[in-house]
This record gives sequence, C-alpha cells and structure tokens, in this order.
Amino acid sequence: MASGVCPVCAASVPVASDVLLHELLTCPECGAELEVTNLSPLTFEQAPQVEEDWGE
Amino acid sequence: MQIALVCSFVRAEERWIYEAFRRAGVTVDMVNDRSIVVDLDRLDGWRKYDAVVLRSLGYWRALHLARCFEALGLPVINPFSVVLTCGNKLLTTLTLIRAGIPVPHTRIAFSVDAALRGMDDMGYPVVLKPVVGSWGRLIARLNDRDAAEAVLEHRDTLGAFVHHIYYLQEHIPKPNRDIRVIVVGGQVVASIYRHSDHWITNTARGGRATRCPLTPELHDLCLRTAMAIGGGILAIDVFEDPERGLLVNEVNHSMEFRNAMEASGVDIPAYIVDFVQQVVRYGWEEAHMAPVSESRS
Repeated sequence: MASGVCPVCAASVPVASDVLLHELLTCPECGAELEVTNLSPLTFEQAPQVEEDWGE
Repeated sequence: MQIALVCSFVRAEERWIYEAFRRAGVTVDMVNDRSIVVDLDRLDGWRKYDAVVLRSLGYWRALHLARCFEALGLPVINPFSVVLTCGNKLLTTLTLIRAGIPVPHTRIAFSVDAALRGMDDMGYPVVLKPVVGSWGRLIARLNDRDAAEAVLEHRDTLGAFVHHIYYLQEHIPKPNRDIRVIVVGGQVVASIYRHSDHWITNTARGGRATRCPLTPELHDLCLRTAMAIGGGILAIDVFEDPERGLLVNEVNHSMEFRNAMEASGVDIPAYIVDFVQQVVRYGWEEAHMAPVSESRS
C-alpha cells in the first residue's frame, strides 16, 4: 500500500493503490482534510476551504 | 461512448460514479474543473465526449461550465436550466409553486426594512435563508423581532450583495427529521429520513440517515417535483408539516448520496450511469421515460 506525507502534521497517510488525482482523504493522525495533488510522487495538500456557493 | 466526469474534487460520490461507468464498460475521463481553460472559439477538444456529468462543487462555476458545454451541443447532466433553478432558492420555489407543488409559505424582500415588515406579517419564528447556499449554511431561525433586527443588520452590513436578498420561509414544526428522495431521470430510486435534534437536519450538520418508506404520496410528489424542475439527477428535500402534510423544501442538483446509499441499500451510481447512457442514446426527454433495467427491477 502506498503512502504519502500529511502536510499538516507530517504523519504517514496510507492510500489505496488506485487512488485518484484530486481525491480527498483524511489524515488518520491529525484529521486534516487532504487533497491528492500529485500521484507520482504521491503528494498531498490541505484541501481548500469551503467557498460560499459550494454544496449540493 | 465516452463521458467526461467534471468535478472539483474526487469525493466518495465521484469515485463511485467513476467506477460505475467503468463497470458498465463506458470510457470515462475524470476532469478537474480547476484545470479547465475553455477557448470559446475552439471547443473542439470536447467533441470527443458524448456527454458531460457535471459534479462541480460551486454553483457559480457549475452554471458557467454547463453553459459552455451546452454551447458545444453536449448533453450536460445536469443541464444549465436545472442547475440554475436548483441552486437558487427563489427560482426553485417559484418553479414549484407554478407547478402546483406544495411548499412552505415564502416571501422575498430586498431591504432590511421590507424584510422586517415581511417577518412581522408572517409571524415568528421565521427562517431566513440565503437565496444561494447549501449544507445548511447561513440559515437562521429568527424567534422574535429582536433576533430578526440583529441578524438582518449583520447580513446587510457584513454580507456581500447576494445576502441582500432576503428569502423568508415559514418555520415548519417538523418531527425532528426531514425526508430526502433521490430521483434519477423519471425514477424515484431511494428515500431516507434525516434525523436531528437540531432544527437543521442536513447530514452536513450532523443529521443521521435512516430508510424512509416510499409511500405513493411521497413518490408522486417527488416525481412531479423532478419533472417541474426539468428532470435529471436530483435530491429532493421534503418536510412533514403536521397540518398540511408533505411540503417540498428544496431540490439539489449535485447531490451527495453516501448517506442515502448506506441507509437505503440502493446502488445509486448504477442508476446514474444507466440514466446517462439513456440520455446519450435517446436524448433528454426519452431518457426520462426509459424503463428500469432488469438488474434493478
């Protein structure tokens, strides 16, 4: 199983082998919501803040 | 068949839709809407697609994207007209009233003074909502005139121009829950209760989902609502008023459905994929009359 580094707390975040670009994940250590911004190398950024017109 | 699944992020819903297309043998490209640059003189790059499934998180962005793709002649699910109506509570309410769909009593005002007069006349508590907004954000139940004056002053002073349209809705004393019904094309596919001790029952605000029996009344109401809105893939939120019965609160054009799937056991992505294929093969209108496939009957 692949893993990346949480940009907030530096914890190792495991991901499924078929993880998708721009997929949202939660850091198991600090709970930060992360976005997969690169697949090779596997890179996360903190997910953007919710904007006012976001939703269903 | 080749589909563009346009989204802002890949959440569970987008992943499930993507995987459902692949299981159905449909070529699907996940396209991030933040990466899109549309040359309005040359939309050729999009012509390889048979349809766009639009899952942008932002209402404003979705509207503009839908319009671009429709200018190319691509079917967009959901189309611009549906996104426009669903994303604006005033447009939704007007559409439903015109179609004879029961809704909570609603008024609109365009100044603080007028909003206060409207609320005084409606009687408290009154629910103040932004005309554009989701996930229960910025919804206020105003229990008296003092609260109304305070909140309206805040909206007037701190809010952007969109907050200076005051959507006033009667407070419905619902039984600590509301109902969400999923309609895909011409089919009601799932219904759940969203329970909460808080008067705002969105699951984004902590509401808990359980299966809701799909009564003939609920089925008919939601199917008529979906058709009034223009069809497509919709999540319809319904209140149970103790005196007036079922009232449609709002319709969502880019629904989250993980809770509905878990509570109902319905494979919602499979319905979505089937509907999209019907749209490509037979067109928008015909796709709403297509029968359920045997695998789900």
